[in-house]
Amino acid sequence: MNETAIWVVFSGLLNGGIYALVAMGLSLQYGVARVINISHGEFIMIGAFLTWTLYTALGINPLVSAAISGPLLLLIGFLLHRTLFTSLRARSPSPGAFEGNSLLVAFGLMFVIQNIALLVWGGRPQAYYYLYYGVKLFGVIFLINNLIALVVAVVLGVAFYVFVTRSRLGKAIRAAAQDPATAELMGVNINRMLPLCFGLGTLMAAVAGVLASMCYPISASMGINYSIIALIVVALGGLGSIPGSFIGGFIIGLIGSIVTQWQPGLSMAAYYAILLLLLLVRPQGILGKR
Amino acid sequence: MDITTFTSKRFFIPGLLLLILICLATVPLYGSRSDLFVLTIILMYIILTVGWAMFSGSTGYMSLATAAFLGIGIYTSAFLFSKEWALLPLPAVIVIGGLVSFILALLVGLVTLRLKGIYFAIFTFGLVVLIRQLLVFWELQIIGIRGQHVIPVSGETVYYVMLGIAVATLLAVYFIRRSKLGLAMQSIGGNEEAAAHMGINTTMVKVIAFAISAFFMGAAGAIMGPSWIYVDPTVAFDIFYSFMPVLMAVFGGMGQLYGPVVGAAVFAYTERALRLQFSYYYMLAFGIILIIVILYLPGGLVGLIPKLWDRRNRLRGLISKLWKGGKAEQRANT
Repeated sequence: MNETAIWVVFSGLLNGGIYALVAMGLSLQYGVARVINISHGEFIMIGAFLTWTLYTALGINPLVSAAISGPLLLLIGFLLHRTLFTSLRARSPSPGAFEGNSLLVAFGLMFVIQNIALLVWGGRPQAYYYLYYGVKLFGVIFLINNLIALVVAVVLGVAFYVFVTRSRLGKAIRAAAQDPATAELMGVNINRMLPLCFGLGTLMAAVAGVLASMCYPISASMGINYSIIALIVVALGGLGSIPGSFIGGFIIGLIGSIVTQWQPGLSMAAYYAILLLLLLVRPQGILGKR
Repeated sequence: MDITTFTSKRFFIPGLLLLILICLATVPLYGSRSDLFVLTIILMYIILTVGWAMFSGSTGYMSLATAAFLGIGIYTSAFLFSKEWALLPLPAVIVIGGLVSFILALLVGLVTLRLKGIYFAIFTFGLVVLIRQLLVFWELQIIGIRGQHVIPVSGETVYYVMLGIAVATLLAVYFIRRSKLGLAMQSIGGNEEAAAHMGINTTMVKVIAFAISAFFMGAAGAIMGPSWIYVDPTVAFDIFYSFMPVLMAVFGGMGQLYGPVVGAAVFAYTERALRLQFSYYYMLAFGIILIIVILYLPGGLVGLIPKLWDRRNRLRGLISKLWKGGKAEQRANT
């Protein structure tokens, strides 16, 4: 097989793995907590910068720091939902009104997080070199950190899917997604479940940020591009569908990689072409229900 | 029938507006060039914010594409009013800038506005980035020139044109709010299903309103182009211009027509004063204010006025009651 083709597919899968994690988190936030979280990308940026700080200042292995920044962002996400979105939900007259207002709050959150990051870490792009060695497979040189990132993304994505579909907590989450009022009657504590789902979303974003920082340079303004892509992936997979987001992430990653190889300036155009096609032909997404 | 009812009811508000308009129209006679520039920017934000609130505020469909329509206007004037092929007079360029934005909004609306609001938000969120990328690609790969030179226009002309567009926007939004279209938008914002059952063609209403709001944004962009002389895609399509109108409208309050105007004026002014010096802190405060307003001040700054007025009246009533009560007590004692 052609070496360029292998490389394009690999980098597509790597990007796709990161997008998949990001989109699964966002899918949970929208599908269950009903928050149109356009600040999602900022949590990726925070995850990436925490990893960078821990690695460069203390020499902590990025994969270990994922175990620190992940739960930390879970907690932050949980508290953010408890302080902002829970009361907003209680005050909104209808689910539609809550969606609109949640978007505006997330929008404010985006500014808050991004500018705190700019104050703390500055505006310059940063990078670190962890396991920066090449290995030759199928005649192509891969960086070990990229390979590890891809494996971690796939394992985490599958684990998350199993958690949502097989565990007792996952069942409660799915019940809350289907019908919050009935789920509450069945004994699901909705005011704990929705913040938890929001927090799990920020956890996934943080882990995706760790992986992104292992592979690419990071900057405080990186979040918004991830937010745009994550929203497109979520729409592609079907709103609120976790496996749809997982598959959609890889589709968008591969297409982005192919288009970038051919013409680097047109990746967003490719995503939009897919989104446009989707909205015209199958608005419910590849795995969504009508 | 005394003079106060006469002044307050029929002539006070229009008279006040006329006075403000006269003041604004005569600024070039006594103001400095920088005053004029600041006012032009404020007027631009008023157009963007009022246009945004006209559609998103009433229907609840959050558009994050304001910068795209502004940028389309800017680039239309860059093409039609450039040094290489200056074919059209300025007024025509401005109308065409508005029309190109109108058509783009029509197309975007036809695809996304028949679906749920989140699809609309998703699609509009990245639209600025998409158009910027396509323009950069076109400039670098196809024509080989980065950026466009626009024929410069004097600051006064830019100011007067911007003032004219702002007045036109306010008048249009004023009449739309009182028209059938405005009522239909309100009912879509209240309950879309019920609106559809009442026989409103909801998709059509949303698409047309969205396109009208885009027309004014595009027209504002078309006059900003000549004031910058040189434009390139990263300057013209700055996602910041999508975000500011949202904050300004929410901050000012979307229940009244003048809410977004107040919000835009306050923020455009403070932005000029503070954003350059304390950029990060300013934007941080921007986000915090937005969250606080949405959570605790649903009517915005303008929604606060009736509340304060009410409180003042109640306080007055209380004081006069106490006063009278005190007097009555005194009388009873003596």
